[in-house]
Amino acid sequence: MTIDFSRQLHYVWALLPEIILCVSGMVILVVGVSGRYRHAHMAAGGSIESKSGDDLGWLALLGLLGAAMANAWLYSVTEVGESSMIAVDRFRLFSNWIFLLAAVLGILISFAYVYRQRLQAGEFYALILFATAGMMFMVGARDLIVVFLGLEVMSIAVYTLTAFNRRDRKSAEGGLKYFLLGAFSTGFLLYGIALVYGATGSTNVAVIGEAISNGEASMGLLSPAVALLTIGFAFKVSAIPFHMWTPDVYEGAPAPVTAWMSAAVKAAAFVAFLRVFMVGFDAIYALWYPILWWLAAITMVGANLIALVQTNIKRMLAYSSIAHTGYLLVAIAAANETAAAGMLFYLLVYTLMNMGAFAIVMSVSHHSEERLYIDDYVGFGWSQPLLGVFLTVFLLSLAGFPGTGGFMGKIYLLLGAAESDLWILSVILVLTTVVSYWYYLRVAWVMWMKDPETEGQHNRIIVPFPMRFALLASVGLILYVGIFPSAALEFARTSIEGLGTFGGGLIGQGP
Amino acid sequence: MKNFTNLSRVMSGSYLPLLLLFGISVVNAIGMVVTSHILNPLRPTPQKLMPYESGMIPLGDTRARFSVKFYMVAISFIVFDLETIFLIPWAVQMRELGWSAFVAMSLFVIILAVGLLYEWKKGGLEWD
Repeated sequence: MTIDFSRQLHYVWALLPEIILCVSGMVILVVGVSGRYRHAHMAAGGSIESKSGDDLGWLALLGLLGAAMANAWLYSVTEVGESSMIAVDRFRLFSNWIFLLAAVLGILISFAYVYRQRLQAGEFYALILFATAGMMFMVGARDLIVVFLGLEVMSIAVYTLTAFNRRDRKSAEGGLKYFLLGAFSTGFLLYGIALVYGATGSTNVAVIGEAISNGEASMGLLSPAVALLTIGFAFKVSAIPFHMWTPDVYEGAPAPVTAWMSAAVKAAAFVAFLRVFMVGFDAIYALWYPILWWLAAITMVGANLIALVQTNIKRMLAYSSIAHTGYLLVAIAAANETAAAGMLFYLLVYTLMNMGAFAIVMSVSHHSEERLYIDDYVGFGWSQPLLGVFLTVFLLSLAGFPGTGGFMGKIYLLLGAAESDLWILSVILVLTTVVSYWYYLRVAWVMWMKDPETEGQHNRIIVPFPMRFALLASVGLILYVGIFPSAALEFARTSIEGLGTFGGGLIGQGP
Repeated sequence: MKNFTNLSRVMSGSYLPLLLLFGISVVNAIGMVVTSHILNPLRPTPQKLMPYESGMIPLGDTRARFSVKFYMVAISFIVFDLETIFLIPWAVQMRELGWSAFVAMSLFVIILAVGLLYEWKKGGLEWD
């Protein structure tokens, strides 16, 4: 089937995954407050409530399955022309897989948490679906206004999810911080979009790219526009110096939400970042590439150094996720096809390993806010061998140990950087990776090598079946793409084709 | 100079009525305040000197607590206020915009209705 956007109905086909997600989100929202579910909530706990929560979770998974099928179907679709508001290209579809995967894993690991913390299941799962739909809008957008729309749909749902556990002060604090700073950064992004429109006369990324390369755009407006857009995106991907919210939000948000948002929100922001800058601003690569060079360098160095001294494992993982932002920014600074494919691959692996690590941290803390310090992991490996091995795999992959997906991801980021001759940045990436080994391996060391002072403190860890399945799938995929990376990488490479004309920037420029 | 001529053309053309409107409203506003100060008899009482004669006192601690029910009403108001903002321009141009706009607007209203249904079931419309 071909999609021709001159016909209004074809927007429905092009947006089928998003529509399915939104509709199932609305269904879950209404089902969650109607009839027996509502009374089950009022009964304040007990087995009825847990049961109803699980039902809604499975319903959400059903919606995600529908969206996944629609996403697979879109592969058989070709679009007419490449300047519509909605892109139907493989780049978008690959990113959609990442978000769907993140949402499925996120829901699978939150069953027990939602029950134990007595969260309102209907709203919880519906908001995850809405946020996922927002992410899909964001990466499928060829128009800055649609990017903004998707960003808002995603962000507002995520703000709410951050503050979802209203009995917990830290959750409320994190939500408020995220909301205020996020609204502020959205303002930057919107102002940047307005200036781009002023400079080029369009909000369409393809038209902007043409206008700039034809020299029709006024540079006086374009430079501040690029700066403001960079700030807006850098906030969402939590690059240093726009990272202040990250540790507090990741620490305060409900644990499954942290696991899911640290992967999915970042992936969405990165993919939109890449499309806007590589397709829209390709011709002014020389203007924005130094900014991204420095952002990447500062983020990699700063985050890894701060992560070294963390004692709370949630905060340590938060700074580690900032460090990964730094690695991924290298790909945007490199701005070539290898780097873009490497970024997609890395985002996929990062989703798996980061969510896996957070999920295990969550079950160690008994689905509440205890046992979050690295010293609490003493003897964890020997008393829970399977979980111990899983956490070790996730940590090694985050560190980039050979044989794991994280290693292959870093290799492709380095290849991309080398193709644009970003040698200093590559060296920084490698050195900071070496530094990161310390804080990842320290956790592994504590849980395997250190003798526990109290016996049996890890005996009460509950890992229900859905989470076990999610962990097993994540570990399997990480090891698979780590040992046989060619299939996933080939997939990422074909997803990049036809994204736009990469001038490859101006190769050979120093910082 | 090109920019300047552009500017003057724009100013003398389509934007002139807007500028006039702006000027008239400024003069009108200032005029009302000044004439009422000159003409009215001044018998100030503490009640009358408050910023809002029958409203709340806008000075003091900002951490005053009031019921979350007011937020519910405010949020519902904003939602339906925005609905009107979208509906009225569409209603004015309905025949020109045709069926696709009608379908789009219907979807918009249906989604809002789902939101209202949620709010109703959740108890957001009950005062107590």
